[in-house]
Amino acid sequence: MGKVFKFNKDVDTDQIIASQYLLFPTIDEMKTHTFESLNSEFAKLVKPGDFVVADENFGCGSSREQAPSVLKALGVKAVVAKSFARIFYRNSINIGMPVIVSKELYDVVKEGDDMELDLEQGIIKTGGTTYSCTKLPAKMQEILDQGGLIASLNGEI
Amino acid sequence: MGHTLVEKIIGNKVGHEVKPGDIVTVPVDWCMIDDIMVPFAVQKFEEMGFSKVAKPDSVVLIYDHFLPATQVDDSRHFRVGDEFAEKYGIKNVHRTDGICHQLMTEAGYVKPGDIAFGTDSHTVTYGCVGAFSTGIGYTEMAGILGTGELWIKVPETIKVEIDGTLPGNVTSKDIILRIIGDLTASGATYQSLEFTGSTVEAMSVASRMTMSNMAVEAGAKCGIFAPDEKTCDYCKIPYDDSIKALKADDDAIYSKVLRYRAEDFVPVCACPSLVDNIKPVSELKGVKVNQVFLGSCTNGRLEDLRTAAAILKGKHVAPFVKMIVTPASRKIYREALHDGTIEILNDAGCIITTPGCGLCCGRGGGILSDDEVVVATNNRNFLGRMGTSKVKIYLASPVTAAKSAIAGEIVN
Repeated sequence: MGKVFKFNKDVDTDQIIASQYLLFPTIDEMKTHTFESLNSEFAKLVKPGDFVVADENFGCGSSREQAPSVLKALGVKAVVAKSFARIFYRNSINIGMPVIVSKELYDVVKEGDDMELDLEQGIIKTGGTTYSCTKLPAKMQEILDQGGLIASLNGEI
Repeated sequence: MGHTLVEKIIGNKVGHEVKPGDIVTVPVDWCMIDDIMVPFAVQKFEEMGFSKVAKPDSVVLIYDHFLPATQVDDSRHFRVGDEFAEKYGIKNVHRTDGICHQLMTEAGYVKPGDIAFGTDSHTVTYGCVGAFSTGIGYTEMAGILGTGELWIKVPETIKVEIDGTLPGNVTSKDIILRIIGDLTASGATYQSLEFTGSTVEAMSVASRMTMSNMAVEAGAKCGIFAPDEKTCDYCKIPYDDSIKALKADDDAIYSKVLRYRAEDFVPVCACPSLVDNIKPVSELKGVKVNQVFLGSCTNGRLEDLRTAAAILKGKHVAPFVKMIVTPASRKIYREALHDGTIEILNDAGCIITTPGCGLCCGRGGGILSDDEVVVATNNRNFLGRMGTSKVKIYLASPVTAAKSAIAGEIVN
């Protein structure tokens, strides 16, 4: 069970983590600035197991992998959006953070709602209702199951 | 069944026909790693346990975002890159030559039909020479460094057909901004944009580069032009049958076709703070300008500088406007010096900076404060991109940029 943090459409990677913080040597040093321009309290309020729920085109813009990485480092369990920008989507899978497409969830949940995710069954429960979410392509699911691309490639070497 | 250009490029590389939705593992001709991402890619490469780089000659390291270094830790990125190059035998390192996306074609790496990946979203730029190229994260890049290949999903294609002659004050920047406005910032997500028609055939490779570069702003995986004689001149390769075959079949299947008449385009801006918030310049009367930025991998080429110089010749930027000009590469800088372009811009009161990403990524000189307005020729007007989150960024063509600098307000 986690809380929902909601974001609008076209959230870009500069808004997730601005470029001036990319010179910090570690993701842990960057993560306190997550979503700074949109919700300066986010990094303080979010707890491990919480969810980011967004409208369309989440993670558009730059290729910075630091964007999904700071969310994962803050303990965000998954990002659920109507759609994702493609680089953000691939990056998330590669670092082992679930990204889930749901066309309906954004319109039914409110900021702070409780939510549960069952990845294996591909369902989300919130407000007494169960929603199904889109499954990943097999290749991506395989990488995610192994905890990301590093573990996946380590397995091959 | 016929194929689109991107399907042909990928099919040629994997040795069999492909269709949209297929997941295939492709050999990678070029990997580009920029200075921001170097330390992260190196760290992931080491975590993956690789002992050597699969194809060192396919790897290009380019220092551009942090150049010259402005913050205390920036130069660490250069050192990490240099050490990695030395250790793994990577010879292609550009330390002060210009912006990665300019150099990848200008310096002779990416050619028509190649497949390239880079750790920056504007890697889509190489579609200007008929290559399939796109941005990836640093973990995937580390994987390519070790394996020399990457899995991809073959994208569907949106065909954009433009025919006719452009009005004199309209450039390829106005075209791509209008297309992004029509498609929206997510309208081409996961898809290839294929640009065709007599208008793009008449364009220089530099103008095409502007359009390929911004394909990602509509979410596209790539933005491609079929290579022609001009492409081959630029790439210094013969225009032979293998190049001529790099075009879509007449019966290729598209997810969507957009058709435009060149005569219908007008100068436009992407208004704060979304790339798809497109308005004609004629509707922006009276918007006062604090700064103008001419540069970036979108519009920092010689023709862009010459266009601005032709407008600024014998004139001066408005007293309260700072106009910053950043050539995209050292080669462009040199050419603009030799043909007198730099002198005209300098005399007009422009600040000329060293080649690099500069202000576009909010790291170079020219950072702005709350409520200031900048007319910029780069590709993103996101909140906080060029200073505080209250800076108003209007993306525009070099023509609009130069005219606005003189007028002190947005005009064309």
